[in-house]
Formats: sequence, C-alpha cells, structure tokens
Amino acid sequence: MPAANIEFSSELNSFIEEWGKKPGGLIMMLHRIQGEFGYIPREAAEKLSLMVGLPLAKIYGVVTFYHFFKTSKPGKHRIAICLGTACYLKGAQDLVDESRSILGIAGEDVTDDGLFSIDEVRCLGCCGLAPVLQVGDEVYGKVTKEQLPDIIAKYRNL
Amino acid sequence: MINCKINGIAVQVAEGATVLDAAKKANVKIPTLCYNPDLSPWAACGICVVRVEGSNKMLRSCCTPVAEGMSIVTNDAELVEIRKTVIELILSTHPDDCLQCPRNQDCELQTLAQEFGIRKQSFPKRLRDLPVDDTTGAIILNPEKCVRCGRCVTVCQQMQNVWAIEFLGRGESTRIAPAADVALGESPCIRCGQCSAHCPVGAIYENDQTKEVWDALMKTGPDAKTCVVQIAPAVRVALGEAFGLPAGTDLTKKIYTAFRRMGFDAIFDTNFSADLTILEEGTEFVKRLTGALQGGLAAATKERSMPLITSCCPAWVDYMEKYYPDMVPNFSTAKSPQQMMGAMIKTFWAGKAGIDPAKIFSVSIMPCTAKKYETHRDETMYSSGFQDVDVSITTRELARMIKQAGIDLVNLPESEPDSPMGPYTGAGVIFGATGGVMEAALRSAYFLVTGEELKDVNFTAVRGISGIKEASVHIKGVDVRVAVAHQMGNIQQVLDQVRAARESGKETPWHFIEVMACRGGCIGGGGQPYGATDEIRTKRIRAIYDHDENTEYRCSHQNPYIKQVYAEFLDAPGSHKAHKLLHTHYVERPLFMK
Repeated sequence: MPAANIEFSSELNSFIEEWGKKPGGLIMMLHRIQGEFGYIPREAAEKLSLMVGLPLAKIYGVVTFYHFFKTSKPGKHRIAICLGTACYLKGAQDLVDESRSILGIAGEDVTDDGLFSIDEVRCLGCCGLAPVLQVGDEVYGKVTKEQLPDIIAKYRNL
Repeated sequence: MINCKINGIAVQVAEGATVLDAAKKANVKIPTLCYNPDLSPWAACGICVVRVEGSNKMLRSCCTPVAEGMSIVTNDAELVEIRKTVIELILSTHPDDCLQCPRNQDCELQTLAQEFGIRKQSFPKRLRDLPVDDTTGAIILNPEKCVRCGRCVTVCQQMQNVWAIEFLGRGESTRIAPAADVALGESPCIRCGQCSAHCPVGAIYENDQTKEVWDALMKTGPDAKTCVVQIAPAVRVALGEAFGLPAGTDLTKKIYTAFRRMGFDAIFDTNFSADLTILEEGTEFVKRLTGALQGGLAAATKERSMPLITSCCPAWVDYMEKYYPDMVPNFSTAKSPQQMMGAMIKTFWAGKAGIDPAKIFSVSIMPCTAKKYETHRDETMYSSGFQDVDVSITTRELARMIKQAGIDLVNLPESEPDSPMGPYTGAGVIFGATGGVMEAALRSAYFLVTGEELKDVNFTAVRGISGIKEASVHIKGVDVRVAVAHQMGNIQQVLDQVRAARESGKETPWHFIEVMACRGGCIGGGGQPYGATDEIRTKRIRAIYDHDENTEYRCSHQNPYIKQVYAEFLDAPGSHKAHKLLHTHYVERPLFMK
C-alpha cells in the first residue's frame, strides 16, 4: 500500500502511538481523527491502518457501524436534528424534511457552497424541549417548521 | 468426556463440543444456515435453535457448548415455528428469482425453504437495491442476494487473512463490501474464490464463462477455431460430486471422453505441464541451492535467492505481490502448469499439428477462480504471441456444461488424452493436493542433484491437511529443509520467519517453500463443487495419491514425452526458449487500487 498522503498533527500522532497498542483503542483513535478533520478521510483511514497494522476493512467496519463517524466532509455548519422518541413524536421528521427542502440536499449531502449538512441524531439529552435541533454548539428547543428559514439564515451569513 | 441427551438419545462428546456436534453424533440433524464446519460459529441466523428440556429458553446449537447431564430437545412444535419464521424473514429480503440464480437447486436457503414447506410470503418484501460487482472478472458479488450469514467475511479474514471484504453499515443497511465501498477488483481480493465456495446462496459466485466456450465449440465456417482443452489434477477427483458420486471418485478417463463428445479437437492434461513445471522449477531450485552451498545460506537468504517459493497458485502470487512484495526475488519464475500448457499449445503443438496459433481456442478446466485472472495477469501470459489460455473455467462450470450437453458422464466409456502433451507422471497428479508440488519437486531434485533415482519416492511428511508441514530431506550430503503451507491465513507465520531471518542476517529456516491459497490445496479450490469439508478434502486427496501410485512413472523427469518436448523443441530446462515461453516475473502491487 502506498504511504497515505495526509498529515496528522503531532498530538494525533502521539495519541495513535499510545492507543494503537491497546485493545479496543480503534474507536478512541477514530474519535481523534474525526476531531481533527471533521470526518474520517479515506487517506486518514489508510494512514491509521499503516500506523497500527489494522486492515483497512476492519477500520471501515467500525467507521460505518457507528452513526457518529462520517466518511465525507460535513458542511461548515452541521444541523443535528434529533429523531429520538420524544422529538420524533413532536414532529422532528418534518423538521428534517423541511430543512432538506430549504437547503436543496438529500441524506447526508453537503450544500454546494459547503456551508450546511444535516445529521439525523438520536437524543440530544433535552427531551423536555422537543423537538430539538442543534447547530454547532447552539441548541434550539420547541422548533417549528416556520422557524427554520430564520435559523438557517443566521448561519448563512456568519 | 461429557454425557448428554439429544431428544432422549444418550451421547458422549468431548469437552468443548457444541450441541450441534452432539446432535450429529446422535444422528439428529439440526438445520443450519450461517454455520459452516470450516469456520468458528458466528450465530447470525438463529435457525439452529434448540432448548434444554423443561426450559423455555432457546439456545443456538452451533455455539452452545454441551454441559454434563444436559438434555436437549431439537424438535418440537414451537422450535419448528420459530425456524420457519426465521426462514420467512430471510426470504422477505431475498429476491425470488431462483430460476435464474446460479445457485438454483444447489442453494442452502432454497433447500431450507423446501424442507420447511414454505409456501407463502408471510412478510412484505423489502429488497435492497445494491449493484452487482463483477470487477474482478473471477468472482461476482451480488449483495442483493446476501443473507448476511457472515461466512464470506470470516473466510476472507480468518481463513485467508486477505481482508478484502467486511460488514459495512449496520442493521438493515448492513452489506458485504470492501473497505470504503470500493469495487472488489480495486480491493486486496486475491480472487481465491473461497468466499464463493462458502456462500450458502447466490450472493458470491464464479464468473460463468461457459458461453464463451460453447460459442467456440459450436462455431462453423471460416471463423471456426481448433478447440483445445487441458484439465487440472484436482478437477478429476471432485467433479463426480456434482453428479452425485462420492467424494474422491476419480473420473479422469471419463472426462477425456466427455471432452471429445463436447467437441474439443485436442485433449491435453495439465498433469503433463505440471511435469514440465517440475523440470523448470526443479532446475531453478538446484541452481539456487548450488549457489547457496557455495556462497553460504545466510548470504543467499540476504540476497533473496533462498528460500525458493513456489508460484503455481495465482491467488498466492496475487497475495505475495500485495502483502509480501519484498519476497518477489524468492519466487520461482516458472509459470504455473496452466500457463505452461497454454504457451506450449500455441507454439510447440501448433507447429507440430500445422495449425495457425491464431486459429486455436485454448480452454483450461481448473478447480480455481483465480486461474481466470491468471490467463491475462501480465504480458508473459501472451508468450505465444496470442493469449496463451483463452478461457479458464472452474469445475462447477464444467459440470454444468456436461449436463447441458446431455452427456451421461458417470456411465461413459474411458479414453486417453492426446499425445504428446497428455501422458503424465504421478508427480504431475499430486500437484492438486497440498504438499504435492513440493513432493514432485523433491522427487526430481534428488535426481537432478545426484543423478540417481530415489528408492522410495513417497515423501509422506509433506502430505496431509495440517496447515503447516515441515520436512528435511537428505540430498547428497545436504539436509534440504522444506515447508509447506496451505490456506492463506497460515502463510504469514512461515514468511514472517523467513523475513526475520533475512533482516537479522541469519539463515532462512527452509530452502524451499510451497504455498497454496486454499485449504487442502487445489482439491479444496474456490471453483470446486460446493460443500467441501475436511472429510471431503481428505477423500479428494486420497484419490490424488491413489492415482499417483497407479501411474507408470512417478517422477516428472522420467516422463518420456517431457524428454521428447525438450529434445524437439525446448532444448533444455532453463534454456533461452524455455525462459521465453515458460517463465514469468512479478511486481509489487498496491493493496487498494483506489
């Protein structure tokens, strides 16, 4: 396999150095990689495979098993819409559909300008505010479809 | 020993035996789908559920160890209902195109559905729309038909240590695919086809090229070609299974007759070119050994002329080029018997028979899916000026062709192959089993070094089904140490020892290493009839050695037709002409093309 063409920060390198030897360390390392790149780039997965001697297939088995890990670059602003039980019952699926329609994207696509992508998530831990969505670190509770254009517009011009 | 009862029948089993093992001993058949005796239980399907008498709890018999005094019920109304439901649920995500499926009438899911009398669709169909992957040209992956039993993944990762495929995604969207969903042809896949031989349904199967063969056989007029066929050693002892004969039935001479009835113009035997391989590879070995004796084994290890590693297995060649490219100089440059025969047909035989090689269609019958890839692996596979072997088909494909043609294989009269590339020695036959190439090489290497014939040609230490075999053979004052490994996952520890010796400036532990990618060697190949277990592999191996013992000549160099070929055409083993036609080379290849 050719040396993967991607640079890791020295912190990430030393983290992999430490965790690569521990059983069950793969998830920890993938967390750090996603923290650094926002997703798991193919090159990063290959580089990790070479560094710790794990087959690439095994790494992808784990990456694709967990919803949290992304294999494509997300938008600058990730809109996480909760589809946990409470939010779902309060109509969160409508929020997902409406957001996608406003942004003109499907599934986990990113808008052409690279600004937005939508994640369906399970429970953000504030069911009392259902339905809930989160953009970056900001949480919005009791969201209605009508509020969505304003919320999105706020980030479009950031 | 542990005592238990299966449906009231007392059985004794060894410590660690599963309920499934115990039931087999009591002649009770528990239905299974994901379970395969080659693999550790994965417990994915749930069809093999049983219960302990008096308990309501269901246990999966494939992965439940027997405990002392256990009393197991394998069959009651509720168990049958549950099994039926499991089958119906699997069928709800499985296409109903059985009639067009390559596994029609040879499918474990179809058999279960039939045995359980499934007559209606109890759950709405939820098919997955996933593309068919035919990028390897050898095996085809149709993920729509996958029942997610996990056999192929376990085979690829645990048995073969190739890691071409993995479960990607989860839940309903779980699929079998190479890392990052690249195509199989761009993955580390070595095309050994063991996934296809272990798949219970039609989700992975060989690329069927029978139409290309029929088209060539049926063509008339000015475009018609002379159709020539060669048959590998392992095919003859396994083909019978596809016709209901017991494993290990040797059909060699009936198959020759079948070829004639199918319309082949000339019938040659890959056993002959196996003899040729031994002359070329044996000469190469003796040359390398002589060099190592002069310059020292440690030096030979360092410069990678020792150990010599066999290269007849195309899946193994592919694996080495991807996983052990530093071993390229250790590889025998001798082509495989398939490719030697291909080159000889379109040069030597074409000249002898007065046929334009452009007008020859050369077919090989192999136990192997990777042989399909080997026919066009690199430019040396075109040494005659044409593609040396036009099409390679597997044992399973040959079985279908014989049935289509209405040939009553089992009751056919026997016949002989054509001369001069038909008659072979016992050494050529045993190429089909693990240890066979090594044994054949030793039989002739002894002669090449000493000029004397062996009193006993049997090297039993390299025979048998254990994963790694070692032996030491005394040849003219030298103890030649050899190792034999089969089933790809066993190769690593052999090669890692060689690599470690080389890197620390020590002598290689062995002079000569034989590798075959499939368990049991070619007789357990990925293109052989379905259902191979160690019991069946052992019977096929037995038939190979029986055949060997009944041949007139047991050593390749004794084959009078080989002598003739060298005298008339090739000059001598390792000659310039032999190198041009019978040798190849290897390169490092990336694990992932994309």
